[in-house]
Amino acid sequence: MAEKPKVAFYWCASCGGCEEAVVDLAEGILDVVAAVDIVFWPVALDFKVKDLEAFEDGSLAASFINGAIRLSEQEEMARLLRRKSKYVIAFGSCSHMGGVPGLANLWDRQSIFDWYYHKAPSVACGSVQEPKETVKVPEGTLELPAFWDTVKSLDQVIDVDYYLPGCPPTPKLLANAVGALLKGELPPKGAVLAGTRALCHECHLNDAKPEKLLLKELKRVHLTTVDPEKCLLAQGILCLGPVTRGGCEALCIKGVMPCTGCFGPTDEVRDQGAKGISYLSSIVDFDDEADIQKVLECVPDPMGTFYRYSLPRSYLVRAKEVKPHA
Amino acid sequence: MMMQVDEFQPRIVAFVCNWCTYIAADTAGVARARYSPNVRLIRTMCSGRVDPQFVLAAFEKGADGVLLCGCHPRDCHYNSGNYKTLRRYTLLKTMLAQMGFEGDRLRLEWISASEAEKFRRVVEDMTERVRKLGPLKSNGGN
Repeated sequence: MAEKPKVAFYWCASCGGCEEAVVDLAEGILDVVAAVDIVFWPVALDFKVKDLEAFEDGSLAASFINGAIRLSEQEEMARLLRRKSKYVIAFGSCSHMGGVPGLANLWDRQSIFDWYYHKAPSVACGSVQEPKETVKVPEGTLELPAFWDTVKSLDQVIDVDYYLPGCPPTPKLLANAVGALLKGELPPKGAVLAGTRALCHECHLNDAKPEKLLLKELKRVHLTTVDPEKCLLAQGILCLGPVTRGGCEALCIKGVMPCTGCFGPTDEVRDQGAKGISYLSSIVDFDDEADIQKVLECVPDPMGTFYRYSLPRSYLVRAKEVKPHA
Repeated sequence: MMMQVDEFQPRIVAFVCNWCTYIAADTAGVARARYSPNVRLIRTMCSGRVDPQFVLAAFEKGADGVLLCGCHPRDCHYNSGNYKTLRRYTLLKTMLAQMGFEGDRLRLEWISASEAEKFRRVVEDMTERVRKLGPLKSNGGN
């Protein structure tokens, strides 16, 4: 019997939801396990780094890496997996574009440490030790990974072959990707393994979307009773469907929540946040400065709204000047 | 007006509308009005053509300031492009502030074809303001 292709899963700065997405394959995971050998998966299987190091370079068929790159250790592991694998797939929004952890680029290492280890109200007595990269103990010196100023997407650290977008990617997209990998039917390098058109095209509420969308009022979803049969935008709820890549089959909207853009922009768009601004500006139906201000006040945090998953991939990469936490 | 060699020379990218500010800039030139050479004009058919991505790309590629110029309200050649610009500018301004940019680095001005003097004044004023702010700090680090 021919040897099965070897596959690795790894996590960097992530919440664990992407690992959950693998488990969400449910009985489908049995087909995956039947077809491939999972040789490294820290969250589920007890392999060590030295096991991975023992493989010949390029001997793994693919590595699925989720999470952004925040620590030196994550970069080291990403480089190791890159060396060992034929294909590297950035798995999930954090790995694809920096994700929610990427919003930490509005601050830097020092201001984050100041807040979390000294100034936050939950810090007792104000004398908490910051993590140090080396600590001397009687038995010798212990090392911790370095915590960097800047959160990066995976492709800002290593060469990435494909992207599986989503927070997390849907089991269907993962199964398709594994299938394509096994059959060798892969798209050109650099492709995002999801839809190519905007989410609205596959949204079940698309028919309820008015021909011309103009809003005089924006509503916050948690303060609104939403009609599940009507396009959320038509109800004044800011849904990022028109500027977000499809492929998720409008899962959030089926759950009566607006799209927040986790699949990233379509292929034509480089900067998701800038495009988000452009899009919202096109549908606000006011020309007067004061009226415009008033409507846009309903988006108090444009950064967190439009760059929720992609700040490290923005043109501007990270904040120029760091303001201390309030 | 002599450029001082030792003082900081900011780079300002100005997106100017074909129907108004571009003509104003041209008129300023014909009239031999003197203004800072720090501004680089990019002519677009309408201020509404300026995708916010252009603004961010300008900053990324080394601009210290970005000036958006369009027709006065109700004067847009295409009816509503300038209003769209105003809305984009409002959001961009908030967003850039969140990113730690000083407010003076992005500016929106309505300059009609006949306002060569206003164009000169705006360019001069913006150059001075951005000069005071100094160079835009480089991205990132590790």
